[in-house]
Formats: sequence, structure tokens, C-alpha cells
Amino acid sequence: MNGTPQQRVTAGRALLEQVWNENPIFRQVLGICSALAVTNLVFNTTLMCLGLIWTTTMSSLTVSLLRTITPKRIRIMVQILIVAVYVIVVDIVFRAFFFETHSQIAAYVGLIITNCIVLGRLEAFANKNKPFPATMDGLGAGLGYSAILMAVAVVREVLGFGTLLKGTAWAVQVLPLSENAVWWRQWTIMVMPPGAFFVLAMAVWAAKAWAMRRDGERAAAATGGAS
Amino acid sequence: MIAELASSPLDGPLVMRLLVIFVSAAVTENILLTRFLGMCPFLSISRQMRSAFGMGLAVVFVTTCTVVINWALYAYVLKPLEPYGLPAESLKLILFIVVIAAFVQFMEMAIERISIRLYFALGIFLPLITVNCAILGASLFMVTHVSGRQFGGWDALLYGFGAGVGWFIAIMLLAGVRSRIKEDSVPAALRGPGITLIVAGIMAMAFVIFQGMIKL
Repeated sequence: MNGTPQQRVTAGRALLEQVWNENPIFRQVLGICSALAVTNLVFNTTLMCLGLIWTTTMSSLTVSLLRTITPKRIRIMVQILIVAVYVIVVDIVFRAFFFETHSQIAAYVGLIITNCIVLGRLEAFANKNKPFPATMDGLGAGLGYSAILMAVAVVREVLGFGTLLKGTAWAVQVLPLSENAVWWRQWTIMVMPPGAFFVLAMAVWAAKAWAMRRDGERAAAATGGAS
Repeated sequence: MIAELASSPLDGPLVMRLLVIFVSAAVTENILLTRFLGMCPFLSISRQMRSAFGMGLAVVFVTTCTVVINWALYAYVLKPLEPYGLPAESLKLILFIVVIAAFVQFMEMAIERISIRLYFALGIFLPLITVNCAILGASLFMVTHVSGRQFGGWDALLYGFGAGVGWFIAIMLLAGVRSRIKEDSVPAALRGPGITLIVAGIMAMAFVIFQGMIKL
């Protein structure tokens, strides 16, 4: 079980890798399923992200603790059930404290169970590693994922409604609404489903361009040093 | 999500009602392009028409069957037991995913018997169909329809079938477009997922437009 280099990952490194270097959305465009649909409102997205961070962290911890006693053949099913338990906790908490929002996002909260990132991290990391690094890996995956979704949500809500945190007590009108606006009026497309695709595509584009540039510079530095 | 219309098209005769459910599940509420469910296989398996077709068919079949099974369990087991203290809303999450996992396991064995080539073509994606959000998603949205208005067995069947067909249409269209733009000069950083998302966005616009016409 122990000895291979990949398994000796420090907790801090696992966290950082997930948040930035190997960010699942940018690197593989995985796991956007359950949460992209709610990104037209920042508040709904915040709740989804909190639920997701909780689920990835806690299920990573649990899977890691149980990794030696879980039979190999049924491990996926065990993992799914562990995730489902934590998602139910999220569902109950949201229903109790954020009833209005919960009624809009209930189905998407349930869909965290099948989020590719959660299961991907459990399968790739948590079931091979010690509890503490595994927890940090899960936390990192959740945070990295949330960072991007929040960015997408802010862009969509500001351009689509002109507001931030619409539907809560802290709602702010960022862009002025007026009938004869010259330079901006509500971009309805942004709050409709296609907007999410476009904003995410732009984000992926920017991130990849940045990564390619960095890799290019590194390669140039490496060849320069060699010659 | 669903607008509460005063006179819903669902009040019409049965055939009309089923047609409305099917079309809205497949087109205006396309599970992939308007709800973003099942994106992972959508992006990763849409490079070739062939595998997209196999995956699409698998999704149609699994979605239809699991939505009906889950509808029956929800309407006849969970809901009636709710007054006796059964936490139906929480339990449905576990129940649905177990039903789906069991069903996929069964289907995997069946495909292995029937067509070994399809089995190898789908490879890793067959077990992954369990965690295809579209399939659990169809069941969960079916439940919101059930509690919103009375959704019968036929409605659930057509809804599941419609959701699956919608996913199938979307992945086939995307695979077609992707095979066309493979040789085009897309900016280097936009290649792969980036351009695919933009294509999906344009397709989503076309699907969403019909929402004015028909809405569940």
C-alpha cells in the first residue's frame, strides 16, 4: 500500500495543487454539471459552493479513514453512498435555514452526489492516502472549484441583472437600470443557460492562454540555461 | 424553475399532454444545454460520432428506465410512507442513486453479452454512466414535476425518454460540429474544451429559444 512516490504528498501541497495548478475545471473541464446551472445568481452559487466544499472535504476524510477496510470491488458504491450521506446533510441544513433558495436549487444540491470532481478526488487521491492529506486535497478541490464558479456567477449576475447578491438582504445594484441606457442594459442572455457556456469558455480560454504562456517561458528558460 | 402557468398545456387531452412533456423535456428543457447535466461525458466522448452515438443510446435507455423505476418508488413507496415519519426527500437521493447504479451494472453485463465491440468502444464510460449527472438529474427533476403537479406513470415514462433523447440529440450535434472544426484554425488556447463550450453555448441558444413556445 505504501512506498510509491505519488503517495507521499504533503497536505499543503495537495491543497495548493487542487486550488490552482491542477484546478479540475480548467485542466479537465470536469464537474461543472451540478453547479453551473445556478451560477446566474451569486447567492445561490455561494450556497452551492459551500455545500460542495463541505461534501468534498468530509467525504475525502471519510473515504480515507475507511480505505483499508473497504473491499476493492464495491468501493465506488461505498464512495457514492458516503457522498450521498454528506449531501443529505447539506440538503437538510439548506432546507432549514435558506428555505426560499433551497426550493430553487434543491435538485442541483442532490446532484452533488454525481459531481465528477467529488468522485474523481475520492478515487484518485483519498482512497490511497492518509486522512490529513486527503482532507486537504478534498478541501482544495472544493475551493478551486468554488473560486471559478463564483467568478462565473459574478460576471453573469452583474451583466445579466446589474445586481450582486440579488434575492438577499445585501442586494446591491451595481449597474444602473434604465430604459434608455446607452452603454448597458440587461444582458438577458447572461442569465439564460447559454451565458454560462460563454462565460465559462472565456474563463477556460484565459486560464489556458496564461498556462501556455507560462509553460512557454519555462521552456525558453530551460533551453536558455542549457545552451 | 418552472413557471406556474394558469392554464397549463398539461390540462389538455392525454396525447397532447404526453407530447408536451416529451418535447419540453427533449428540447426546451434540454437536460444538457439548459441544465448543464452530463457535461463530463458530453465534453470527453464527443470527439467521435461513433462513441457519441453509443453513449447517447446508453443514456436514452438508462434514463428512460431509471426515471420510471424511480417514479414508481417515489410515488408508491416513499410518498405514502412520509406521513409515518419516513424522510422521503432525503431518502430519495440515496434510493435513486442505488437504483441507477444497480441498473447500470445490469446494463453493462448485457452489453458485454450482446456486443463486445460496443463494450470496448464505451470502455471506461460505461461505469461512469452511473455518475452521469444527467441520469440522476432526470430522476430528481421528475420529482419536482411530481410535487408541482400530478405526474403519472406515462408522464414519467415520456419525461425520462424525452430527457434521454434530448441528451442524445445534443451529444450527436456536438460530435458532428467537433469533427468539422477539428481541422480549423482555432486559437491554440481555445482548442479542446474552450471551443467546445462555445459551440455548446450557441447550440443552447437555439434550444432555449423554443421556451417561448412550449413550457412544462
